[in-house]
Amino acid sequence: MTDASNDVKISCRNLWKVFGDDPHGFLARHDGAPDAAAFAESGHIGAVREVSFDVRAGEILIVMGLSGSGKSTLIRCITRLIEPTAGQVLFEGEDILSASESRLIELRRHKMGMVFQNFGLLPHRTVMSNVAFPLEVQGIAKRERWERAQEMIRLVGLEGRERNFPRELSGGQQQRVGIARSLAVAPDIWFLDEPFSALDPLIRREMQDEFLRLQKMLHKTIVFITHDFDEAVRLGDRIGIMKDGLLVQLDTPEAMVRNPADDYVAEFTKNAPRERIISAGSIMAPAPTGATAAQAVAADTRLGDIAHRVLTSDEPVPVLGADGAVAGVVTREALVEALYGANP
Amino acid sequence: MSARSDSASLEGEAEGFTVPGPKSLVWCLLAVLLAGIAAPWVAQGTDLSMMWPEAWHIPIQSWITDFFKWFGNEAGIGPLKVRDITRALSAALEVPLEVTEGILFRGLPDWDIKPLPWVVVVIGTGLLGHWLGGVRLGLFCALSGLYIAVFGLWADAMRTLSIVLVSVPVAALTGLALGIWATRSKRAAKALGVVFDVMQATPHMAYLVPVVVLFGFGQVPAMMATVIFAMPPMARCVILGIATVPADIIEAGRMSGSTRRQLLWKVEIPAAHQTLMLGLNQVVMQTLAMAVIASLVGASGLGQKLLFSLQQLYIGKATEQGIAIVLIAVVLDRLTQAWAYRAPHYEPEDKPWWQRHRHLLAFLAVLVASVVLARFLPALLTLPKELTVSVGKEIDIGVRWFSKNAYDYIGPVRDWITVWLLLPLRNFYLALPWPVVFLALGYAGWRLAGVQTMLLILAMVATIALSGMWEPAMMTLYLVTAAAVLCVLIGVPIGIWASRSERVARGVMTMCDTLQTFPSFIYLIPVIMLLKVGDLANIVAILAYAAVPAIRFTYLGLRRVPVVTNEAARATGCTPRQRLFKVELPIAMPEIMLGINQTIMMALAMTAITALIGSRDLGQEIYKALPGADTGRGIMAGLGIAFIGIIADRLIGAWAMKRKRELGMLD
Repeated sequence: MTDASNDVKISCRNLWKVFGDDPHGFLARHDGAPDAAAFAESGHIGAVREVSFDVRAGEILIVMGLSGSGKSTLIRCITRLIEPTAGQVLFEGEDILSASESRLIELRRHKMGMVFQNFGLLPHRTVMSNVAFPLEVQGIAKRERWERAQEMIRLVGLEGRERNFPRELSGGQQQRVGIARSLAVAPDIWFLDEPFSALDPLIRREMQDEFLRLQKMLHKTIVFITHDFDEAVRLGDRIGIMKDGLLVQLDTPEAMVRNPADDYVAEFTKNAPRERIISAGSIMAPAPTGATAAQAVAADTRLGDIAHRVLTSDEPVPVLGADGAVAGVVTREALVEALYGANP
Repeated sequence: MSARSDSASLEGEAEGFTVPGPKSLVWCLLAVLLAGIAAPWVAQGTDLSMMWPEAWHIPIQSWITDFFKWFGNEAGIGPLKVRDITRALSAALEVPLEVTEGILFRGLPDWDIKPLPWVVVVIGTGLLGHWLGGVRLGLFCALSGLYIAVFGLWADAMRTLSIVLVSVPVAALTGLALGIWATRSKRAAKALGVVFDVMQATPHMAYLVPVVVLFGFGQVPAMMATVIFAMPPMARCVILGIATVPADIIEAGRMSGSTRRQLLWKVEIPAAHQTLMLGLNQVVMQTLAMAVIASLVGASGLGQKLLFSLQQLYIGKATEQGIAIVLIAVVLDRLTQAWAYRAPHYEPEDKPWWQRHRHLLAFLAVLVASVVLARFLPALLTLPKELTVSVGKEIDIGVRWFSKNAYDYIGPVRDWITVWLLLPLRNFYLALPWPVVFLALGYAGWRLAGVQTMLLILAMVATIALSGMWEPAMMTLYLVTAAAVLCVLIGVPIGIWASRSERVARGVMTMCDTLQTFPSFIYLIPVIMLLKVGDLANIVAILAYAAVPAIRFTYLGLRRVPVVTNEAARATGCTPRQRLFKVELPIAMPEIMLGINQTIMMALAMTAITALIGSRDLGQEIYKALPGADTGRGIMAGLGIAFIGIIADRLIGAWAMKRKRELGMLD
């Protein structure tokens, strides 16, 4: 964040979405920042409350929250599928909330792609025609859009299903269609609203791998919504946790696990797979003088990968710094402390 | 309160059937009952009549009549008179109608075009049926056409069909446009909702009166009435269909960068396809029903022939014509339904084109062959009279024989029911003091749905009273009550029976589907045949027409009782009887009440039709208003029926919703 802000793709500033009889008047009466008591008294509901954050180019930002936390409303405010009550959303520096209807359509046609929880496929169209739909509304000629759609279908591994209708596909296959469709216009920003929540656990896992594989190839800027903390940890570069419309904490998985902002966040991180989240670099102790770089590990190595070695060898495991020299060591005590804490 | 009524409904077997609403409502009903019974004694010897005083009538009827006279003849903006507009509309509908009739049976001598050979129509319908629904539907369609041709009803059937074919697109497109408008504007949606409520509760016949004033008698006014009558269900289905497109699909459409128009035509309407097609199905069925009834304003066709036969008691002929109408109804219903449920499918483009268009090619082949052959064999063009058959006389002889022999048994039963059950009920309603009716309905409205509904109900009752329709309204109420009670007594047990066995259910549901496609007119034939004219005949005709929802909703309600609840009851040691009365029926009650609600609506619509075989109710008022084009009388009587329906609908609907919420059965 400290370096150039020009790699910020989306920037949300003090975003509010209030439901109720008179959302604007209500916000105005409370100087644009009503507290919980004011909401309770007036009967308005703050679905998104004063949310600010940036999404950097090429990162996967996960917004996590339980149902009713406002995460779905937030993503719809950013895409302006619903109108926010107050605040700002900058998309590559352009204020989306003041964009005209035609400009918005333009942005959606070329810059954004979105995947939906229940797939949102058009039931009356074939797989091919569904994937080509965003190109069709742009008025691209049939031959060209079918070629492009074919490419996307191959990308998500659905060759041979082009002429099927959505109802003839399994849930996982339907979501592959949804993904292919959202990628058809080669968007910069990819919104995924609980894309795997409607799938069976096994398929969900498979789709998460598929998602990571695609991102490795495509390097999109991603806003990903989920209610599943494990999924958030598995996929996200950074995670934002929402509760009652507030963004409680926005951090890397590791920082969140190590320093939960409050009890609510701690409740999620309690059962997180710490050995796959915490890295060697973050718990290393200063290296004793004369430590050698032999068999040293990189600073971002997860503890799970070195736990066996640390626990079974008598020597602490050396960790390499960015400069290639030994920056510190992971001791047995530090590892046990980090993974299991000081349980009473 | 919910806890109390829950326990009340589980206390005893009898309680399972009572409406477990607020106790005070039951007292209210008892009070009405007492008032009705006591009123004749109290009023005896005094001049204190409990009828709405005549001095309080407002001449609403003549106002309306005068308005329509003025509107139809003199009203206009500057030089453009309404009369000219109605004439232009008539002309606009007349041209397509004449072309359709010309193609189907009359021929277009102006352009020297002969009509389609009847064989082509029969085989064409068959091919259409085969294309949409397979071999069985195809055969059914073709055989139905054959029946109509062989029984010499071809020209009349084609006349009726022409009205349907021209009215359906007009009604469907108008409905589509209004529906789309309603989804775009909240205010339009609200206004249209109210208008449609009244329109759909108003019986067919009431539409005919103002139409006669504005458009005269004949085919075109019939079509105007048909279009207006058949349009609301389409608009309703458009609103419903678009509203129920999953949010994900709409959002996906918007995120793909659709403009508003693209969203409507490429996403919302195709995704709502099935509901829209069911709307079209309803339009077609309503159109046919109206085309038959429109014989009252001089529309020729099967309906008119049937009306003549009924009026002259030619039961045999009426039966033949009735069967033809029923066949057309079933064919149209099955064809549109098959179309609605047809899953989108993909015809591989590598198939040769003649394989992809087999049905069209077959039709063209039949067309060409028939037209050519018809030059040498005119019987293919129009079936000559010598080749048609009729068993009308034989049926008449049979009916006469039946009457002679069976009437000794049916007659006394009929008379007994009339004297001991129907007349007391009728007298009860006629003696009911009007303040009691106001109080009872107002109170029920207030308790079940709040002050707004109470005011609406009171306003409607007052309108009926003020316009001088109190007595016919009470007569209508009497007929409907008697029929509805019978519907429940017959329909609910059948529904229960169907819910016990898959096989029975399939049979019963098929029967229900079929019965519901018949135009209401048809039910008069067997009733007159068996019971002759009279109140009981009316009630049985209504019963036959209106019992279906009672059966269907009972069955559906019982089927929706959660399996777990049933298993829990069985595990508790309930006998099947206890399970039915203590568990299933109380849970299914809201659904059953909605069925009864629909039964009442259909019964009301049918009372208007039974006026054709004599009665003293609101339907009769409409019927009498027709020949003299007495618009005020007809409209107020029609609105009276609509108001009774809306009151029943609001009260029962409010109760059912409330109960469903208490049972946690709303999503």
